[in-house]
Amino acid sequence: METYIFYILAGAILIFALLSVTTRRVLRAAVYLLFALGSTAGIYFMVEFLFLAAVQLLVYVGGVVVLIIFSILLTSQINDRLEQPEWLKVMATMLLVVVGAGLSLFVIREYDFNISETAMTAPTVSDIGLKLLSYGPGGYVLPFEVISILLLAAMIGAIVIAKRMKEND
Amino acid sequence: METSLNYTIWILILPFAAFVLNGLLSKRLPNQVASAISIISILIAAALSYYLAFVYFTDIGKAAETFMAIKAFDQTWLRFTESLQIKIGFLVDPISIMMLIVVTTVSSLVFIYSIGYMKGEKGYNRFFAFLSLFSFSMMGLVVATNLFQMYIFWELVGVSSFLLIGYYYDKPSAVSASKKAFIVTRFADLGFLLGILLLSYYGNSFDFLEISSDNGAAVSQMGGITFMGMSVLSWALLLVFTGGAGKSAMFPLHIWLPDAMEGPTPVSALIHAATMVVAGVYLVARMFTVYSFGAPDVLEIVAIIGAFSALFAAVIACTQFDIKRVLAFSTMSQIGYMMMALGVSGYAAEGLGFTASMFHLFTHAFFKALLFLGAGAIIHSVHTNDIREMGGLRKYLPISHITFLIACLAISGIPPFAGFFSKDEILAAAQMHGMIYFGVGYLVAGLTAFYMFRLYFMVFWNKNQPAESKVHESPSVMTIPLIILALGSIFAGFVPFGNLITTNGQVLETEFHVSLAAATVGIALVGIVVSYLFYAKPSDRPERIAKSLGGFYRTVYQKFYFDEIYLFITQRIIFGIFSAFIAWFDRNIVDGTINAIGWLTAWISSRIKGLQSGQVQQYAYVFLGGVLIIGLVFFYYWMR
Amino acid sequence: MIKGIPFEHIMIFSTLLFFIGVYGFLTRKNLITILISIELILNAVNINFVAVNVYLYPEALEGHFFALFIIAIAAAEAAVAIAIFINLYRNIRSINIEKVNEMKN
Repeated sequence: METYIFYILAGAILIFALLSVTTRRVLRAAVYLLFALGSTAGIYFMVEFLFLAAVQLLVYVGGVVVLIIFSILLTSQINDRLEQPEWLKVMATMLLVVVGAGLSLFVIREYDFNISETAMTAPTVSDIGLKLLSYGPGGYVLPFEVISILLLAAMIGAIVIAKRMKEND
Repeated sequence: METSLNYTIWILILPFAAFVLNGLLSKRLPNQVASAISIISILIAAALSYYLAFVYFTDIGKAAETFMAIKAFDQTWLRFTESLQIKIGFLVDPISIMMLIVVTTVSSLVFIYSIGYMKGEKGYNRFFAFLSLFSFSMMGLVVATNLFQMYIFWELVGVSSFLLIGYYYDKPSAVSASKKAFIVTRFADLGFLLGILLLSYYGNSFDFLEISSDNGAAVSQMGGITFMGMSVLSWALLLVFTGGAGKSAMFPLHIWLPDAMEGPTPVSALIHAATMVVAGVYLVARMFTVYSFGAPDVLEIVAIIGAFSALFAAVIACTQFDIKRVLAFSTMSQIGYMMMALGVSGYAAEGLGFTASMFHLFTHAFFKALLFLGAGAIIHSVHTNDIREMGGLRKYLPISHITFLIACLAISGIPPFAGFFSKDEILAAAQMHGMIYFGVGYLVAGLTAFYMFRLYFMVFWNKNQPAESKVHESPSVMTIPLIILALGSIFAGFVPFGNLITTNGQVLETEFHVSLAAATVGIALVGIVVSYLFYAKPSDRPERIAKSLGGFYRTVYQKFYFDEIYLFITQRIIFGIFSAFIAWFDRNIVDGTINAIGWLTAWISSRIKGLQSGQVQQYAYVFLGGVLIIGLVFFYYWMR
Repeated sequence: MIKGIPFEHIMIFSTLLFFIGVYGFLTRKNLITILISIELILNAVNINFVAVNVYLYPEALEGHFFALFIIAIAAAEAAVAIAIFINLYRNIRSINIEKVNEMKN
């Protein structure tokens, strides 16, 4: 059962992603992205990373995608269609992408992964919280603080950038 | 004893401070303030120097009947190795004190004189700033404790001389004269620098006292090493002398001195008569112990060059008509005298030449400064340099007339004026060494009297020009220095030099040779009488003599065509042949390579600037393509 | 560990997702769709981290936390990027990437 669910999810993600990068309507692209990200959360559920899945849903689906949709509404007409990329450009990109994907897949095929036999014990939220604020070995307090600063900077930056034009209007 | 000499540093600092102040604020300060700053600073320095001289000669200088050299202070400045360090210090010994007295006295009087002479000139403050700089550098040179310090101040003196000769920088002749002076002396200084390097390399010290200690033992090991038939020490000292010869306008590096008269007359008096040009003599005197013990052969060269320059310049001086050029050649001739005296001198008991040379330097500073300042007063009054356009000025310029006459008598060696004593000693020293030097010196003494009185009679007698009523005596700021210097010219000869300044610091017994003195005075009188016959009244005798001498006269008048020879060598041979090739190489090969690199860079950038399109996606393509290529290459080798 | 799913399949899946994102990034002209492509790329990376964590190092949590931090960074980046887009749109009435080369001059 789980096997099928995974393949269905993976297939859905790939299809949505493909649609998202090829559709000629911006809003639809955003909605396809929403589906792709949501399905990814499903994969996280399957490996029992419940907290990560929740964050994925909250931040990506609830935050980023909504932000993107807002910006689309602010910057373009709903009925606008994106222009079709030039044929030559598509071919060149396809070539690059195929070669790159082929290279990566080749490596995946050739490389002998050392699969661990022990089962994963799913982390609980308290585990995650303790680890995030631990400064001992294997603790994540430093990246945590760095991320805090980054988020603060991003917040201020976003406000400043979006606000500055007021005087000139 | 060390602490009691700490005030000596102010002798150097004050003129330098005046230079900095005047130089930085030259646009802001009123003229009176600017000159006051310079004059007060140099007067204080002069007072300190006199005090130092008094203290030294009466009290601290003497130890066991010998004048010692004392270092007032000696600060390490650059430290190369344990033994080789460059220091900046203040050396107190008889000759440095004597030079300090000369420099500060003449400087003070020239500074005061300049108030009157430079009045209303453009750049009055700048002039005083440069004068202060000169005084500072000259005193730094005089009190240098080591060769390197002396070299530094030597060049500073050269720079201030350059600046002052080119003072009228909008006059092309002044500009070219200043360049000429700088380049010629600089060329000579190259020799000096090489000499310093040689001496310090082998002697392991720059310090004068160390080099001269134990009668030059510190450098005597250099005597063993020979190069092209002469010991390295001789080479080094010869090179050092080259520097001195350049500064002192000795043949054949004399060509800059006559042209240097383009500067304002006070400058000529201070720099190109009394102080800077004797730096070369001072340098040889400073190193005299080394010369005397290490390289008597070089001393012989010094004597030959000195004697030749004295004669050479005296002959030219007889034919010139520009009042300042006559004085310039006279300066060169008198410095040749000093050099000759040094060259013929021995050590200790035979050191009469050394004492005489220093003595002559001392007295010469007074009467030559007086001559120049007098000439300045005359030029100031009649607005011309050409003595043919002067005449009969004695009624209009009484003070200038009397002081000029005193100076002429002094330089001619008429007793009891200063020049008589020193010249007499030089001739006595020359007589001891060799008759040829004596002969040259004797002849030059006669010629000196002749050309000085030729000048005197043409300017003050010889009423061939109806003197204009506009001609009047200079203001008292100019005449008072003249009077003071005249007094100096009268009395400087009575200073007992033999007791004060000798080769080894001990008293030298000088005897007065009546017959020699009579002979010297005799030839001087002959010179005066001849010039009286020729020039006291308007006559055609000089022209007839000149005509009868024909080509020789013209050659002399053109200063033996030395300028032309130099021009030929520099322009045709150096510039025309060597420099042309070097310039071609520089322009085409060196510049060409650089230009080609620049052009290539510009060309490549113009070609590839399209890559910097500003299109983010293009960058992404390139980036991804690059990553893939690297990956493919990597895996290609990995798979093998 | 998902039963019956080989590790390689997850890797292939994430690789494909990654290159779909790259394709979008390279072909799209609208800045917002490019941002969407970037989100897809980051998502593929996240899946990779999680898979490696679960399959190869089940005793550790590094992959999990990396994914978490990447989500945080992606959110910040999206916020700043969209602020820039809006400002840009106000300035040049366009969010076409080919018109955004002002920095060149």
